[in-house]
Amino acid sequence: MSDYILEMNGITKEFSGIKALDDVNFKVERGEIHCLIGENGAGKSTLMKVLSGVYPYGTYDGDIVFEGEIQRFNEINDSVKAGIAIIYQELALFPDLTVYENIFAGNEIRKGPFVDWNETIVQSAKMLKKVKLNVDPETLIKDLGVGKQQLVEIAKTLSKEVKLLILDEPTAALNENDSENLLELLKELRSQGITCIMISHKLKEVISIADKATILRDGKTIVTLDAHKGEISESVIIKNMVGREIADIYPKRLDHQFGETVLELNDWSAYDTQLGRHVVKKANVQVKQGEIVGIAGLMGSGRTELALSMFGNPKKYKVEGDMQVNGQKVQFKHTSDAIKAGIAYVTEDRKGNGLFLINDIKNNITAAHLKGISQSGVLNLNEEVKVGSEYRKSMHIKTSSLELAVGKLSGGNQQKVSLGKWLFTGPKILILDEPTRGIDVGAKFEIYTIMNELIKQGMSIIMISSELNEIIGMSDRIYVMAEGAITGELSRENTTQEAIMELATQ
Amino acid sequence: MSIFNEARFLIKTNIRDYGMYIALFVIMLTFSVLTDGLFMSSRNISNLLDSAGYIAVLAVGMTLIIVIRHIDLSVGFVAGFLGAVAAIFLTQMGLSVWIVIPIVLVFGIIIGLFNGFLVAKIGIPSFVATLAGMLIFRGALLNVTESTGTIIVNDDLFNALGNGFIPSLVEVNGLHLLSVLVGVVGIALYIYSELSTRRNKVKYGFDVISLPIFILKLVFVSFIIGYITWVLAGYNGFSWTVVIMLLVVVIYHFLSTKTVLGRNIYAVGSNPEAAHLSGINVTKITMIVFGSMGMLAALSGILFTARLQSATTTAGTLFELDAIAAAYVGGVSSAGGVGKVTGAIIGAIVMASLSSGMNLLGVGISYQYMIRGGVLAAAVIFDVMTRKQRA
Repeated sequence: MSDYILEMNGITKEFSGIKALDDVNFKVERGEIHCLIGENGAGKSTLMKVLSGVYPYGTYDGDIVFEGEIQRFNEINDSVKAGIAIIYQELALFPDLTVYENIFAGNEIRKGPFVDWNETIVQSAKMLKKVKLNVDPETLIKDLGVGKQQLVEIAKTLSKEVKLLILDEPTAALNENDSENLLELLKELRSQGITCIMISHKLKEVISIADKATILRDGKTIVTLDAHKGEISESVIIKNMVGREIADIYPKRLDHQFGETVLELNDWSAYDTQLGRHVVKKANVQVKQGEIVGIAGLMGSGRTELALSMFGNPKKYKVEGDMQVNGQKVQFKHTSDAIKAGIAYVTEDRKGNGLFLINDIKNNITAAHLKGISQSGVLNLNEEVKVGSEYRKSMHIKTSSLELAVGKLSGGNQQKVSLGKWLFTGPKILILDEPTRGIDVGAKFEIYTIMNELIKQGMSIIMISSELNEIIGMSDRIYVMAEGAITGELSRENTTQEAIMELATQ
Repeated sequence: MSIFNEARFLIKTNIRDYGMYIALFVIMLTFSVLTDGLFMSSRNISNLLDSAGYIAVLAVGMTLIIVIRHIDLSVGFVAGFLGAVAAIFLTQMGLSVWIVIPIVLVFGIIIGLFNGFLVAKIGIPSFVATLAGMLIFRGALLNVTESTGTIIVNDDLFNALGNGFIPSLVEVNGLHLLSVLVGVVGIALYIYSELSTRRNKVKYGFDVISLPIFILKLVFVSFIIGYITWVLAGYNGFSWTVVIMLLVVVIYHFLSTKTVLGRNIYAVGSNPEAAHLSGINVTKITMIVFGSMGMLAALSGILFTARLQSATTTAGTLFELDAIAAAYVGGVSSAGGVGKVTGAIIGAIVMASLSSGMNLLGVGISYQYMIRGGVLAAAVIFDVMTRKQRA
């Protein structure tokens, strides 16, 4: 007889008549790492919200049995008291406070009515040791990298009595090194008896760490796989997630000839006026027509900065060196100049600086190219709807209406809107910064297919990505960056993950 | 879908837009009942609209300022100062109205651009930059009126802007013919624009609301325009203030909803960083919006001076807060990117109706402030609640 710490039985949750969860059964054994997998919109987050009391008892059907007792959580605090802790994708840390203040924020150690800061620091140091983070507790959060911040978040959670730890895509923003450290830590915690549910899109991780994996699809439990019975493999997971077999995650594309060089950077350097240092150092880059050029590197290696410095941000980045588009030397005073020259930049942070979340889908698609739907400054709103519907169709944007606010779409659909917005500007060079971050396998495949379609039409693509598989799977040529400099150039045929990592950590 | 269901659906999805109109209707109805119809009398409505004019034009500019996540506290005394400048030009320098008005409007634009420069180029928070402007222009107003005190304006043409009415041509049964004509033309234009929008949508193959509902809407809005025209025509017809107010609304409504510039303004308000990366010049847009605010402040100053037929040493006091209140009652959101020009006008009329109605009822000024404060709070609460419901 198995010892279940958590049983969720027959959970059904409806939103205005639509079933987000349909009779979901989810059982987690004590002391295991259980991965929860599914496409965006499959119901993972909703299930976790039911579990943590965000959706209070009574708004769903079914039972939550935790530690052998039926639980009725009315609010998040109830689930926290029971020993359930969730760490969300967006970290909830205070950047201007120190590590120790963050770890005990809301859970302060007191001496009488006052906070006992000395004890707080001592305890924080212990927690940091537990998560193997070697930083001074008095460091400010904003001075830490994302990977270390993630660890602080876990330390914060461990400072409370936690029996069940839930991580929502913990490695989405981490580079390979930090991801590995985090996974090691989870294994360590497992050996200390902490049960862990991990939501992840990265199948490699799931395979390397999971004891069990439950797959959700369209609000239903599809299957629970057991690693110890050898049931977990990439192809099995993908098959169950999408309900179809994807023989290859990366679509095949026909070999084709590249055209002329469309973009050239010679000894290109960028000086960040806010940070007061060079973020790109003497980069030499060439992109040919019809080529997908990958830019690999760790977080902070200068990849995004390289893209932004090319995209007309002279206030933020002072540039030196020489940039040529179609053999012509260019100097952009503003992003609008770059767009006019045929460059498009799809940002890595779609919610932060990519999309207008409160505006509807059609407004977002036309935002960067209002000329396309206007005459002498006056908009043709019907034309806009037409353009919107065209991109909705060609990008497979799943939505009930073009008038839906973009903030309400899932990550994958938001990314498609973002891509559509830039394609509408009619670019010749498309820069994609982490194009598939935080989106599910199905949507990823769609985006890869679109990319292949675009180069067939003669576009050139620069793809920045932290996922080595993606870089290798999609690029014709790969530049690797480290500390602002390009440390190497690799061709598609003879590249391995190890070769890239070696250049990236130089 | 039956007509009834469709109507219910339309109201439900647009409750935030319709809420204001419903609130205005309820306020007007309440005062009409309480004052035995005196509130809706031609004379009172005419006065009410005239008294709303100089705040309404400010509220239109303020709405766009708040849409791009800024605030302008200087507009009250800029209006007061420029009103005094207009008065000085007319009386002491003897310039013609036709020269004075463009000059003062240009002054307004320059002042607005300067505020915009401080905010967009230098990076001073708009609250602080325009607070400084408020102090400076309060001083400037006192300075130019110091030697003379209140400046009386005797120019009839100028004063007509605040007190006069469009000529009536002929009176028919006590109704002003030209005003009636204006109303009829207004209805005709409205029906024409709705019909052509609908025809265009059908041409593109888009969904349109069902015919009965469409006709119901046409009849309803035409009736409202007609009723207001009839009420005003029964007194002195449309005043110049109302005509100017309508012009400002029509122009700004068009600019904000139908042009690239308008779309860019809302994009900057919705997400400045994304706007920058989409090739929108955020600095330029900020300058334009502040410049337009300055121009409308000048217009407000002209209307106010004309209404009082004089420039006083305290003109413009608290205009900025009245304008901000009107903008918020009209549904603007301080989070940026949301708010309509038409809402600002309705907001200004709601606030003016409250003052007018309570004056008729003889409500003490102390209670008037409290009640207006309560209505402002209620409007924002309603806004927040409906937003949550939709999310």
